[in-house]
Amino acid sequence: MRNLYAFVVITMLSWIGHASAQDIVLGLSKQEIGITAFFDGSEILVFGALKHQSEESSEGDLDVVVTIASPRTPVTVRRKDKRFGIWVNVDALEVDLAPSFYAVATTRPFEQVVSNASDLWHQISVRQLIRAVSGPLAIENPEDFTEALVRVRESDGLYQTLSGAVTLQDQTLFSTSVSLPANLVEGTYTARIFLMRDGDVISQHQTAIDVRKVGIERWLYNLAHQRPVVYGLLSLAIAIFAGWAAAAVFRMVRG
Amino acid sequence: MALCGDMYIYLPIAEVSVNAFVLLGLGGLVGVLSGMFGVGGGFLMTPLLFFIGIPPAVAVATEANQIVASSFSGVLAHVKRRNVDFKMGGVLLIGGLIGAGVGVFIFNYLKDLGQVDLLVKLCYVVFLGIVGSLMFTESLRALRKSKHALPSKSRKKRTWVHALPLKVRFRVSGLYISAIPPVLIGILVGILAAIMGVGGGFVMVPAMIYLLGMPTKVVVGTSLFQIIFVTAFTTMLHATTNYTVDMVLAVLLLVGGVIGAQFGTMLGAKLKAEQLRILLAIMVLLVCAKLGFDLIVQPSELFNLGVAGGH
Repeated sequence: MRNLYAFVVITMLSWIGHASAQDIVLGLSKQEIGITAFFDGSEILVFGALKHQSEESSEGDLDVVVTIASPRTPVTVRRKDKRFGIWVNVDALEVDLAPSFYAVATTRPFEQVVSNASDLWHQISVRQLIRAVSGPLAIENPEDFTEALVRVRESDGLYQTLSGAVTLQDQTLFSTSVSLPANLVEGTYTARIFLMRDGDVISQHQTAIDVRKVGIERWLYNLAHQRPVVYGLLSLAIAIFAGWAAAAVFRMVRG
Repeated sequence: MALCGDMYIYLPIAEVSVNAFVLLGLGGLVGVLSGMFGVGGGFLMTPLLFFIGIPPAVAVATEANQIVASSFSGVLAHVKRRNVDFKMGGVLLIGGLIGAGVGVFIFNYLKDLGQVDLLVKLCYVVFLGIVGSLMFTESLRALRKSKHALPSKSRKKRTWVHALPLKVRFRVSGLYISAIPPVLIGILVGILAAIMGVGGGFVMVPAMIYLLGMPTKVVVGTSLFQIIFVTAFTTMLHATTNYTVDMVLAVLLLVGGVIGAQFGTMLGAKLKAEQLRILLAIMVLLVCAKLGFDLIVQPSELFNLGVAGGH
């Protein structure tokens, strides 16, 4: 498999060209993901090569971090508590911006690769990426809410930390694959590649991945939002027809 | 199931991917019940959709659309056997449309407050609990009696319902009662239809039998007739105000549902009315107990996520 990756990298490098940042050449197995009716997730291969510019860059080992993020949207995080014997939502916190999908893949465990300072500056881990917090001032510990957001999405497979998932060969060729879940929300996703040494970012590069509904999915979604009356009537017509057809078929069957 | 394998379908409005065969199976199962009991089956389907990860708002709106199909399919058989009291259905419908409008308004208001899940579940527990236990005790008593006597003839009890003004003659049901109780029942059922994503048959059927004193024979057909229009109206309201009707989900559910409903109608014709009611009562109580249990037991995750702000 690794040989295959290397082969893909080499063949693709020939036509990727040098349009990217100075010392990272990047390729993606796909730049567009179409959500079709039978979409059940997608695997995306991120690969590329590092160009060594001078002698000094051979000091110390290089690490590579790859992140893939969906567009960020506001999220409401609600907390339940017991009131009158049942569990109800009692308080809520608005998180201004949080991605609905985020994966971060590294060559070695995250803490060894990325220093706190670089994480803070470049927003590499999902906790740094999430921008809180405009809740009611009365709320006691907003960190609990952002932590819960990360926890819930991690358990749904929407936030992924893939330690050691990036392979780096001869300090030059890197590749990793990230599996995108089936419940993907559309938008322009961002893939970022960070070249790290001793916890610091020495170079970075980013590119876009378009995730779009296509075909009948696109058509239905647009119809539902742009012409809701037509959409509603069409839904009803289908329902009435299906109901009638089933009754008619069964009447025939029974004689 | 292993033969069919997995066929995942991405739902354009719910924005989740689900196994098509699971949806077809759920639709079929609930369809059988719908045909047997003359209920839309929504009170079972909507919670089941929550469990497989469909967002509650989409589940409620889409279920309304699916009930249109299964009720239409079911009512055709009853029309043929002249088991539909169109006049009574029409009076119930007037109330139903008013109620549905009110219900969608309440639904959208509580959605903004983040309390809509709680409201939906509380409604389930309260209504299923009341209706289930009433039906259970009543049909148990009737079942004991019917061992000696013939199945109950049209019982003509004199209740407060007969003392109200605006009396109308309902020939098919053999009733001469005020139009006010049917309209009120219609309003209540309409509100429930919009909030809970149900047809409301599980409230309407017992109300027609016990409050209005309608003969069991015409109750099922008449309630299906009314449900078609109320759920169609609800579907339109949800589709145009919060864009939560998922046509792909609805089609998968209704293909299974309409076929199941036909089998259910055949099965229902073979069972006695009392047996039918006690089965329905047990099912209603089971769903109620499960939902009530979930509200009382501490959830494993105290936090939950929602889309921020009203659109």
